[in-house]
Amino acid sequence: MSESAVAHGAHGQHAKPSFISHYIFSLDHKMIGRQFLFVGLLMLMIGGILAMLVRWQLAWPESPVPGLGFISEPYIYPGPNGGGIIPPQTYNALFTMHATIMIFFVVMPIMVGTFGNFLIPLMIGAGDMAFPKLNMLSFWVGAISGVVMLSSFFVPGGPAAGGWTGYATLSAKAQYTGVEWGQHLWIIALMLNGVSSLMGAINYITTVVNMRAPGMGYFRMPLTVWSLFITAILLLLALPVLTAALAMLLFDRMAGTSFFLPEGGGEPLLWQHMFWFFGHPEVYILVLPAMGITSDLLSTFSRKPIFGYHAMAFSMIAIAGLSWIVWGHHMFISGMNPLLGTAFMMTTMVIAVPSAIKVFNWLGTLWGGSIRLTVPMLFALGFVSNFLIGGLSGIFMASTPVDIFIHDTYFIVAHFHYVVAGIIFALFAAVYYWFPKMFYRNMNQTLGKVHFVLTYIFFNGAFFPMHFLGVGGHMRRIYNPLQYEFITPMHDWNIFITWSALILGASQLFFLGNFFWSLFAGKKAEQNPWQANTLEWSAPTPAPHGNFLTTPTVYRGPYEYSSPEVTEDWLPQDKDIGASTAAKAH
Amino acid sequence: MATSSVAHKLDDVPPPAPRPELVGGGPPVRPNMPLLNNARLGVIMMLGAELMFFAGLIGAFLVFRLSAQVWPPPFQPRLPLGVTGVNTVILLFSALTVHWAVGAARVGQTAVLVRQLGFTAALGALFLAIQGYEWARMIHFGLTTSSSVYGGLFYTLIGAHGVHVIGGLIWLAVVYWQARRGRFSKKDFVGVQTTRMYWTFVVALWPVLYGLVYLY
Repeated sequence: MSESAVAHGAHGQHAKPSFISHYIFSLDHKMIGRQFLFVGLLMLMIGGILAMLVRWQLAWPESPVPGLGFISEPYIYPGPNGGGIIPPQTYNALFTMHATIMIFFVVMPIMVGTFGNFLIPLMIGAGDMAFPKLNMLSFWVGAISGVVMLSSFFVPGGPAAGGWTGYATLSAKAQYTGVEWGQHLWIIALMLNGVSSLMGAINYITTVVNMRAPGMGYFRMPLTVWSLFITAILLLLALPVLTAALAMLLFDRMAGTSFFLPEGGGEPLLWQHMFWFFGHPEVYILVLPAMGITSDLLSTFSRKPIFGYHAMAFSMIAIAGLSWIVWGHHMFISGMNPLLGTAFMMTTMVIAVPSAIKVFNWLGTLWGGSIRLTVPMLFALGFVSNFLIGGLSGIFMASTPVDIFIHDTYFIVAHFHYVVAGIIFALFAAVYYWFPKMFYRNMNQTLGKVHFVLTYIFFNGAFFPMHFLGVGGHMRRIYNPLQYEFITPMHDWNIFITWSALILGASQLFFLGNFFWSLFAGKKAEQNPWQANTLEWSAPTPAPHGNFLTTPTVYRGPYEYSSPEVTEDWLPQDKDIGASTAAKAH
Repeated sequence: MATSSVAHKLDDVPPPAPRPELVGGGPPVRPNMPLLNNARLGVIMMLGAELMFFAGLIGAFLVFRLSAQVWPPPFQPRLPLGVTGVNTVILLFSALTVHWAVGAARVGQTAVLVRQLGFTAALGALFLAIQGYEWARMIHFGLTTSSSVYGGLFYTLIGAHGVHVIGGLIWLAVVYWQARRGRFSKKDFVGVQTTRMYWTFVVALWPVLYGLVYLY
């Protein structure tokens, strides 16, 4: 009997799985990746709507938002024609939740959750993750954390309103924001989210270290896998520190401690140190996968090997290493010792070096290539250009003398949106690129190009003028900019930004429509539609549970485009071109 | 070798022909045999995360400890050094028993394995019981989470460790039950090894916390 059970287990992958085990509690890394994608896209819509409301308030302060009148009185005040006016405390909740959702429930689940899960095993030639059950648990704990976070919208007092950074003492005492359970749930949701990410990180690292196919050395891994591997290490070591800080914050709110409350002998600055010790690696957790994916796409669509493969890998390692010693640059005006500020300024400036290596290598990859301007390529180029702007404004922020003036203004809002919201470009690039492998159909390229053009123009329309506002002294997180006389001359920019943001939001309908239409009615995809080298395109489409029909053997790195060894301009990693060809080459 | 449809096994690797123009120089890449199996590597990762969690808490503790003129603060009860010292020895001894459990598993002595796992869990439970008794006494003497930052730190750090001991006891209970049912053999006792890794971490952490919170 036990023998037949074993035999059944071994052939389980061929049996027709039930709906629940296939779509809900799936152990297949590809399905878990898709689950993360759908949850992330849903949260992207919610986070985007919150951003639109914030922008509305900034352009037309205290004027009724159309269609918002259905929300009850303390949160939204009724206006004419079913509109609703946003009061200050709701405005605080809006920008807090916008940032929290976008960072923890959009970029992390999609860039790390979706593409980490979907791509790592496929790209290294493994059948699945090292711990499939842990993987499933990671998704479900993450989903529960999302539910907890969203449920905070419906508790008395509304959701957290102390900023996504949750600075104490604002976040440590309910009286200061008027939010009791919303902030509790915010803390609990982030702790759960941390546990979910931790399980994912353990899985990714173990999978990359132990489960690479024969021949897949570390320096034959695609840069996407490199970036996700490094991201997983950062997640593993950074998130527990946030968990510790969140636990202390929760105790301050619920158990009567006063770690962050000065009246009880606490230290508000300690929260900032602990938060940013996590928070800065977090920035690279968000951006590194985007960098890795961009590297792969630029090489594939330039039909050229990536420029400086090792430099790309090592610069990501350097960025990850440096990310541990730069957190103080978020705290230059916090009252921290100015000498420390100088040290943090130095370490921060050093990050420009590996970042610049990456940008120049991307340009080197493009140089002289046979560039194919497909939709994923356009979005990858969009990421590079936005990252360049965001990276350069980062140098202004890093320098303490300049930062004293632009700290907490719209300059920093512009900076981090160019970097973090710029990641959306890599996100779209990745969705358009791997859609044929994920859902066996192609997305519509024309709609994709329209989506790109609109997104690119109005992204820059929304975020570039924020630099001007910031240098002009426009503070961030203010409810009504018209209350400040020195900001009123710049108010036209605020209106321009809001129009751009609204159109940017509306342009995403091209993506959503294209995505869901292609899901069911797109053209059937070939196995390797982009003529790419990496292993996921050697797996059949649709790839079965277990991915590869036979374990692939890897003969070369992932970027052998336009190789003289073969007539076609791509050379898959697992293609055996025979020893005789190699002998001839000598 | 010429056709790519052949299923390659781990030991059936393509000849390592040096083709620097393709691999960018350096030695040819051969398939790697894992140094550690997935389960042990995964637990090491988890312990790395745990270490950072406690590093965060200990960092917070040191911020308060180093900036305090008088420690413990005035009018706060002193911590029970002696009893906790004995308790430390109890917990340290449980690291030995779990180590012996792995030794027994390695030679396939299931009865010894079960016994040593049982000892380990019993020592862990005894440690927790003594801690609980001391906590009750300290609350009685007026040391609470809200009595001072000192109290908050004490209960947070020592409590976080206590939660890890409880987690370890659950883990030990599962492995104990598996061992009794003959789940482990000479060839396959990874479950016992990972238990030892986690439990050793929990035990090794304790003297650090004892030294910082109680003695320093």
